Amino acid sequence: MSLSVKIKKRYGSFLLDSEFECGNEVLALLGASGCGKSVTLKCIAGIDRPDEGRIVLDGRVLFDSRKGIDLTPQERCVGYLFQQYALFPGMTVAQNIAAGIREKDKSIRNDLVKDMIRRFRLGGLEDQRPSQLSGGQQQRVALARIFASQPATILLDEPFSALDSYLTWQLETELFDILTDFRGTILWISHDQGEVYRNCAKVCVMDAGRTDPVVPVKTMFRDPGTVSAARLSGCKNFMPAQRSAGTTIAFLPQWNLELQCGRPLPEHPFTLGIRAHDLHPAGKDKVNCLPCTLLRVTEDVFSVILTLAVQGAEAQATTLRMEIPKPSWTALPCGSALEVDIAPDHILILK
Amino acid sequence: MDWFPLLNSLRISAISTFLTFFLGISAAYYIAKAPRSIKGLLDVVLTLPLVLPPTVVGYLLLCLLGPKRVFGAWVFQVFGFKMVMTWWSAVFSTTVVAFPLMYRTTRGAFESFDMTLQYAAQTLGMSNTRIFWRIRMPYCWQGILAGTVLSFARALGEYGATSMIAGYTPGKTATISTTVYQLWRTNNDALAFRWVLVNMAISFVVLMAVNLLEQKNRTRRLEVRPL
Repeated sequence: MSLSVKIKKRYGSFLLDSEFECGNEVLALLGASGCGKSVTLKCIAGIDRPDEGRIVLDGRVLFDSRKGIDLTPQERCVGYLFQQYALFPGMTVAQNIAAGIREKDKSIRNDLVKDMIRRFRLGGLEDQRPSQLSGGQQQRVALARIFASQPATILLDEPFSALDSYLTWQLETELFDILTDFRGTILWISHDQGEVYRNCAKVCVMDAGRTDPVVPVKTMFRDPGTVSAARLSGCKNFMPAQRSAGTTIAFLPQWNLELQCGRPLPEHPFTLGIRAHDLHPAGKDKVNCLPCTLLRVTEDVFSVILTLAVQGAEAQATTLRMEIPKPSWTALPCGSALEVDIAPDHILILK
Repeated sequence: MDWFPLLNSLRISAISTFLTFFLGISAAYYIAKAPRSIKGLLDVVLTLPLVLPPTVVGYLLLCLLGPKRVFGAWVFQVFGFKMVMTWWSAVFSTTVVAFPLMYRTTRGAFESFDMTLQYAAQTLGMSNTRIFWRIRMPYCWQGILAGTVLSFARALGEYGATSMIAGYTPGKTATISTTVYQLWRTNNDALAFRWVLVNMAISFVVLMAVNLLEQKNRTRRLEVRPL
């Protein structure tokens, strides 16, 4: 049971070049909007057509440009949760669910609809129209409809983008439980690193139409490898760097200082990433001390965001963003000097 | 008063509305899928009868169906009847003239159709025919109904092409519009006026029906709670 995708598609100057494989697990496609995530899903479902490539699902070839295989969406058995759920407006909840059942026998159909109504807690809503339902209920109907069609894989296109953020937590845990019952590959499109971290086992980062190799989610957050992956994992500070005299010491020309990275560095110039919450006010005996000037203090809900200029840096140098929990923040006026520290193993080495 | 023109007009309009209904919908459905270059050309050709004078349409139809023309002569030779100057000849002219209205309004309705509904239905395994009748048509029914009614009204009002291809024979090919002209021409003003009233009454009822249907739909939509 697996999904293997290797496709190319050109849209004007944009080139989609998607390649990944995954087994019976939840794989996240993580990328900024417009990077080609949705098009990839559409190509898998058969509602868009790649220029070339091959898509294989559980040993069935869905698409193969060289052999001229291109199954219709109906033949592919792919469950697709659309961003706006795409419920049929003229049909009731029960009719929507029944629309996805391939079985012809009427009593089996009815039983399956009842089963789905119970499983997705839609009791009492059978005769409602989609427009009469809340966003969360609509999502449950869409999922019930997908499960009723007994798909071989499930594709989720930003499942919470149509909902208010305060609603999504409960729905997210519900969705997680529902998906645990599913035996097959699940592709989960998202641009939210938290959503991916909480729900997915593996992740494939997409940037400008290209996919990075699939990695376990925890690996991707610990060692993103590329700037785009680091940015998508929530990293805020990026800085061009090069290897200094020692193989484990990085020199940052813009800030005119060196940082101890604790591991061998690449020979070519690279980018160095520092997460905002990995910076701490420097204590004693710290390895990497950055003397800074406080430029701006922004109060967030549960934390304080500090914008810092590194002392002795070039005039146009990038500022540093640091985030600390509110209780550990002692109010300082802008312009004060502040020493911050970054642990060597928290520094991200990026391509 | 001889009611034949009313009966004749209604049956001609009904048949041509039935034909334009399917022709217009199929054209709108398939032309939307066609490559862009062909689409533009077909669109112009199919809309042409809307802007051409009815006499030009009549002339072109006679060129095709006339007893001495290729198609008309062939039909006469094989089946032994003429394609023109019968009551059903008017169906050709009214269908051609009403077709663009059906095609255009249906195409507009299809263009506003949310394609993700189609995609969702396809991934769920519904056949394309079923998707068309169960999802696309109910979604677009208002536009399609409007097109149908407009086609009927246009067919009922057709004069120019009809008079050329079906002529005016009392009790045989006379329609309301050709009768009004004939009566006026022969100074029978009073009777002409009666037919004018009949025609206006029918058109009035048809348009009222559309308005009522639209209103009913609007109130139903208002009852639906917002998200």
